[in-house]
Amino acid sequence: MILALVGQPNSGKSTVFNAVAGYKAATSNFPGSTVGFTSSKVLVDGREVEVVDLPGTYSLTGHDEAEREALSFLATGEPSVLINIVDASRLGRSLELTLQLLELGRPVVVALNMVDEAQRKGIEIDAAALARELGVPVVATVARRGLGLVELFEAALGAATAGTRPRSPRYSREVERAIHEVEAVLGAVRLPWRVPPRLAAIKLLERDPRLTAELAASTPALAGKVEAEARRLEEQHDWSSEQVVCGERHTVAHALEEKVARTRHAHLGWRERVDAVLMHPFFGLPALIGVMGAFFWLVFGAGKYLEAPLLAAFDKLGAWTGTMVPPDTTTGAILQGAILGIAGGFGIVLPYLLPFLIGLAALEESGYLPRMAYLLDGVMHRLGLHGKSVVPLVLGYGCSVPAVMATRILGSPRDRRVTATLTVMIPCSARSTVILGLVGAELGALAAIVIYVVNLLITAGLAVVLERKSRAVSPGLILEVPDLRTPSPYTVAARTWIAIREFLAIAWPMLVASSIVLSLLQISGAEAVINRGLSPLTVTLLGLPVAVGMTLVFGVLRKELSLMMLVQALGTTAVATVMTPVQMITFALFVVFYVPCVATLAVLWREVGWKETAWITGLTVVLAAVVAVAGRFAAGAIY
Amino acid sequence: MHSNLEQAELRLPVRISSIDGGHEVRARLATMGLLPGAILSVLNRGPLGGPLLVEVDGTRIALGRGVARKVLVEP
Repeated sequence: MILALVGQPNSGKSTVFNAVAGYKAATSNFPGSTVGFTSSKVLVDGREVEVVDLPGTYSLTGHDEAEREALSFLATGEPSVLINIVDASRLGRSLELTLQLLELGRPVVVALNMVDEAQRKGIEIDAAALARELGVPVVATVARRGLGLVELFEAALGAATAGTRPRSPRYSREVERAIHEVEAVLGAVRLPWRVPPRLAAIKLLERDPRLTAELAASTPALAGKVEAEARRLEEQHDWSSEQVVCGERHTVAHALEEKVARTRHAHLGWRERVDAVLMHPFFGLPALIGVMGAFFWLVFGAGKYLEAPLLAAFDKLGAWTGTMVPPDTTTGAILQGAILGIAGGFGIVLPYLLPFLIGLAALEESGYLPRMAYLLDGVMHRLGLHGKSVVPLVLGYGCSVPAVMATRILGSPRDRRVTATLTVMIPCSARSTVILGLVGAELGALAAIVIYVVNLLITAGLAVVLERKSRAVSPGLILEVPDLRTPSPYTVAARTWIAIREFLAIAWPMLVASSIVLSLLQISGAEAVINRGLSPLTVTLLGLPVAVGMTLVFGVLRKELSLMMLVQALGTTAVATVMTPVQMITFALFVVFYVPCVATLAVLWREVGWKETAWITGLTVVLAAVVAVAGRFAAGAIY
Repeated sequence: MHSNLEQAELRLPVRISSIDGGHEVRARLATMGLLPGAILSVLNRGPLGGPLLVEVDGTRIALGRGVARKVLVEP
């Protein structure tokens, strides 16, 4: 059985998902669809069900890629129940989506989420009355504290068993007449899509681009009739037909809200005052710099604090094993490789990755990302980018894979291409471990920050160049700014766990295996051959120790490997004894820019095609070499 | 008197009279409650030529200047 979570952006949909999926099941890409929706197996009343988290969508009309995918999933007939997450503090607007979901002819259960937030704003909602009005079960929830979720999923199971089709909402006479006419016209043919005819009629009157195009392609004669009905609506109302239909829905939804909700005075407090500073025309940007500065300072501080004792312990273990089994035998090499691999994951990567992911989850949860988009839109426009590009770019600091996928929120293919290219230039958390664990740990926080700033300036420069390469109009920003929220520890933990699990389950075993392979290559002498082959790049051009060649090869698999392999290739965790500050900076700069990891390459291929992926890869290599050489000479002048 | 949203005074409620621009923009604005007849006010103007922050139905929405110019309003 499949339960689909549907809701508008910022309704707390992902919070519901994380709360039920967080600790137990493996999330995976949903099979059969071109994109991955996150899905998870969940036990409800002893029954295993599949819960799918669909991308947030304001309406069932496909405006961007994410919305189109949500719609086609809903239309293909897979989900048994739609769980509609509704933001109780914005009931009217949220119900506009609910009214459309009722038309899908599938059982619907409404989660009246964030009722605590609504109460704070002085809004009291009668859930039973709402359930009566809509004709579907309504469960009040506070997902970030896990309240009401058991009842919600039980209600969903109940609805699935009963299989009740909700009744369609009714609109004004003229609109109903137009819907009816179009529906009758559509009834005459077999349509290529599986949307119920009434919903298809509504969407065609709204001039849904995809449905309209499909109809025009299959039966052009009908397209004309639909257009005539849309025209008539326009003449009656003097608005465009999508405004008429949306306006109807708006009216019905808000009338419903008035029936079931009572508003008293709101208890506004410190969050509104903090928000006033964060969004301020003058103080907003300095606050943004402060927030990001504090973020990296905290991550770096926590990482450094955790790293030293862990590494010291593993060094002892390595030395002790070395005395028991000599490292120049095959068994010894495997053992040393394994220990270094485990040590690298535990001692170098985790201390920085864990605080980083916690911080990023908290930042996402708090609702600060849309604020960043708002504050930086002016700057982004100057670079020829869309303000929404900020979201994938910021996510890029976590992991390039979801960041590249997040470019789907951008409407135009051009924006997506440019943003995807820039996103892979942003140092992901794995590359951050190289910056923080090598440059930061050895040369100080300031040097690490300089690398981040250099990276940002180059990425901005690249944006300007790419913009010139593909000149086209960038559509303007339309983005909801949700209320500021205190991140709940529970949700942050769940998000962090989902992200870190990927590292533990995939990356770490890969680290250990690669580490063993490197050990074996070392004692067989193959490593020397590969390093020599790469020496024109590593030694001649970049002035690095010859041993780093192999680490760059492994870095394509996983960026963390570069740092770990570096430790192993040089034969010590005390990197400062064998590499000069200039070499560390050159190495870090090269690692930050060169070739995205295989996972990123795969997702790029899927999102922008192989040509663009090849182009981006080539660009990263050239850019990495140029930046690293420039860094080599600039750092040489300082150290 | 019609003017566009970009010229509206801060914190002064205005009513949308019509929305220029293509189907895409109109439809997208409509799903966010920005329809002819809706009452909204501009809360802030973003830094460095950034978007307008408008409030409609208790929801805050950032609107790029280009989009805001397409929204015609009356007092």
